[in-house]
Amino acid sequence: MGDQIVIKVVLIAALIVLMAILLVPRKGARPLAIRRLTYLLLLVAAIAAVIYPSWLTWLAALVGVGRGTDLLLYGLVVVFISHSMTSKSRHAESDRRFTALARRIAIDDAEPAAEAGRRLAESQ
Amino acid sequence: MNTDTWLVVPLYNEGTVVGDVIRHARKTFSKIVCVDDGSADNSGEVAAQAGAVVVTHPVNLGQGAALQTGISYVLGDPEMKYVVTFDSDGQHRTEDAERMVQRLRTEDLDVVLGSRFLDAKVEAGFMKRIVLKAAVMFERITTRLKVTDTHNGLRAFSRSAAEQIQIRQNRMAHGSEILQEIARHNLRYAEEPVHIIYTDYSRAKGQSLWNSVNILNELFLDR
Repeated sequence: MGDQIVIKVVLIAALIVLMAILLVPRKGARPLAIRRLTYLLLLVAAIAAVIYPSWLTWLAALVGVGRGTDLLLYGLVVVFISHSMTSKSRHAESDRRFTALARRIAIDDAEPAAEAGRRLAESQ
Repeated sequence: MNTDTWLVVPLYNEGTVVGDVIRHARKTFSKIVCVDDGSADNSGEVAAQAGAVVVTHPVNLGQGAALQTGISYVLGDPEMKYVVTFDSDGQHRTEDAERMVQRLRTEDLDVVLGSRFLDAKVEAGFMKRIVLKAAVMFERITTRLKVTDTHNGLRAFSRSAAEQIQIRQNRMAHGSEILQEIARHNLRYAEEPVHIIYTDYSRAKGQSLWNSVNILNELFLDR
């Protein structure tokens, strides 16, 4: 450690938060709202960085990273991981719906259970 | 025989063995439903000829999904009082299943879980045993259930347990999920020693140890 301590702390904290999100169930309005606000802030920051690239360098120097582009890359990594996690969980949700649909089709196409039960009980 | 009980048998590409398994199981349990999970072979046909009702998934969804489909299906029979989940590859014994249902009938229980480790006759290899024991530790910590075998497919449920338990883990993690559901609904459970028959057939296709990693991944990431 030693140099660049600030950015190390920031990045590790961000990754630990992502791990926590992974392990703790998340549902409801608040996490969604937080996620949207984060995206909004990211967009604002992106616009600011386009208009005044020197801010990025200034911010990088502040947290102990050499160049603004490095800071941008670090940020990108964190955002990418969080995006992968979100999309994976959304994918799981759509899988669940698909399963419910397929299950309904399977059961509707089969011989009704009560009839099948009577037939099997007699056919032995 | 045992017309208050349904056997739920998930079926995926087991055409070579499922016929014998069903014919044999039908000597003890009249009512058997095979959930054909989109098999590429003629598994469904073979199972139907052997005397089971076949419910067919239009696409492959996974073993957990097949179990839940079977359970949802048999809930449609008002005479059903007990459900047993039973493997299609011949590694479970019907006498174990019958004993488990008998315990549900006579004892104050909602769920009876088969356990390999209450029985002296364990045929699993050394590594497999270690991984299974690790899985047990994990389950004990996450669900606080005192179980000795977490990934045994032989389970018996009362009707009310079958109504309450919802399997959402489509693929392999359903074993852990069923335990979580038992804990969540405060179901009364017991373990029954069972003997698993590891045939060359089941060994050849058997669960790779790498699957334990996949199961953990499904438990945490696919929610």
